[in-house]
Amino acid sequence: MSIKKNIAISESGFIFDPSTGNSFTTNPIGLEILQLIKEGREQNEIKKHITAGYHVDDNTFEKDFYDFISTLQQLKLTVENEKKND
Amino acid sequence: MYLTKKQYERPVIQRVNVGLMNKYGTRTEYEPVTHIDGNAVADLITAYGSPVFVLSEKTIRATFRDANRAFKTRYPKVQFAWSYKTNYISAVCNVFHQEGSWAEVVSGFEYQKAINNGVPGANIIFNGPDKSEAELIFAINNGSLIHIDHLDELYLIKEIEPQLQKRARVAIRVNMDTGVYPAWDRFGFNYEGGQAQDAINKIMLNTNMDLVGLHCHIGTFMLTPSAYAVAATKMSELALNVKKKFKKTLEYIDMGGGFASRNTLKGSYIQGADAAPSFDQYAEAISTAILNAGFTEADLPLLILETGRALIDEAGFLLGSVISNKRLADGRRATIMNFGVNILFTSFWYDHKITPAQPFGQHNESTVLYGPLCMNIDVIRENISLPPLKKNDQVVVHTVGAYNMTQWMQFIALRPAVVLIDMNQKPHVIRNKETPASIQKEEEMPAYLKEFKI
Repeated sequence: MSIKKNIAISESGFIFDPSTGNSFTTNPIGLEILQLIKEGREQNEIKKHITAGYHVDDNTFEKDFYDFISTLQQLKLTVENEKKND
Repeated sequence: MYLTKKQYERPVIQRVNVGLMNKYGTRTEYEPVTHIDGNAVADLITAYGSPVFVLSEKTIRATFRDANRAFKTRYPKVQFAWSYKTNYISAVCNVFHQEGSWAEVVSGFEYQKAINNGVPGANIIFNGPDKSEAELIFAINNGSLIHIDHLDELYLIKEIEPQLQKRARVAIRVNMDTGVYPAWDRFGFNYEGGQAQDAINKIMLNTNMDLVGLHCHIGTFMLTPSAYAVAATKMSELALNVKKKFKKTLEYIDMGGGFASRNTLKGSYIQGADAAPSFDQYAEAISTAILNAGFTEADLPLLILETGRALIDEAGFLLGSVISNKRLADGRRATIMNFGVNILFTSFWYDHKITPAQPFGQHNESTVLYGPLCMNIDVIRENISLPPLKKNDQVVVHTVGAYNMTQWMQFIALRPAVVLIDMNQKPHVIRNKETPASIQKEEEMPAYLKEFKI
């Protein structure tokens, strides 16, 4: 899963989807996660990055991360990664 | 280099909706309330458990004094009577009694509570439709004021005359049309239909009863002070009729209660804090109506007020914690709290103000707040904007002092402790939290049911 390529993400956490005209806001940690996803980081990498930088345990972050991802999917901000050819 | 970790907050994202807000904008409750009367919410929860009810004695006394001032600066003879059903924890009652309130009770149980609290019989008003023969005999012999609700009660007082050591000091409860809907006509005798006058005639022609006053209670959470003006005018007319017809000066007019608190009723467009009239507005309406009714100065009746909710609601807080967060099938965020409708009964009709008890960032999200009961009806707020709470985060529910500590249910879970913070900011437990033993001790097990094999 990755963030749709045409999504514009500002430094303040304002997000714009030009294909639908919808805009969104996210908090600083949400912004950080979005940027990491956009950079193509895997879930484990993101978890390591966040738990190293914030006062949060692995389990709490994992729950919150899944919830955040499911919200991104519901808001249609993501695309499934194409399967690599063997 | 020494690295410090940043404070964690759950990641949130939400769509920006344009053109959907009402003209007042959305209301957010992310401003944390970390202390109550100098006591940290976290410390109170550590000491007394979560959830826990907390009452501020400072707020109770300040609110009472505000109400007392509003009426006493407008009317010469005013007496408050604490409405026991609103909150009858004895320590709470005694704060009001220390401020000079009489007791207003609506059952034999509440009457006994008032006696146990040390209230003199003459300062207890006995209201309500359910007074047993034994309770009436006790209360009349104790010199209390009996507010008669129906004819059966009136005739019962006549029948028990041989067992009375004193003449019964009675008033009738009067119901009437004050221009508000719904009109409360199930209690007392109707004014417009002539029932009230009939009841007065019956009492005045009876030898063992002394009609000393008139009582009404026109509704609850009354947002219209002018309805009290209508009621006070009609009550004054009745009192003046008694004087004219029987040459009898009534001692008092009891206007009951029903003043609104600053809670927000469900479905209300305006926040409760903006909608609720002040004590001054109620006092102005009632005092002006009685003063202009035509009493001579000597005959002006004592004005009794039984307001409960407006005197205690704001002094009450419920502290609780987050059990879990989840996402509903339609995408809405849901948060499960450790308190539900079992102890926060008023959430059935109020959108209670709920604030976090620890600092958060600027972002918030719409959330459904559920209680912990395994029951679908256990919803505290259908929709509230809160910062991203996580498990064990603490919240403060505001304006819960009225009715919750009397209408709460021992259902599924045990009821929590109630703590009073005194004028010197010292907390005192005024009701212990329930234990399985305190519930079990009222049960009996028949011998044949004691043993079983599964």
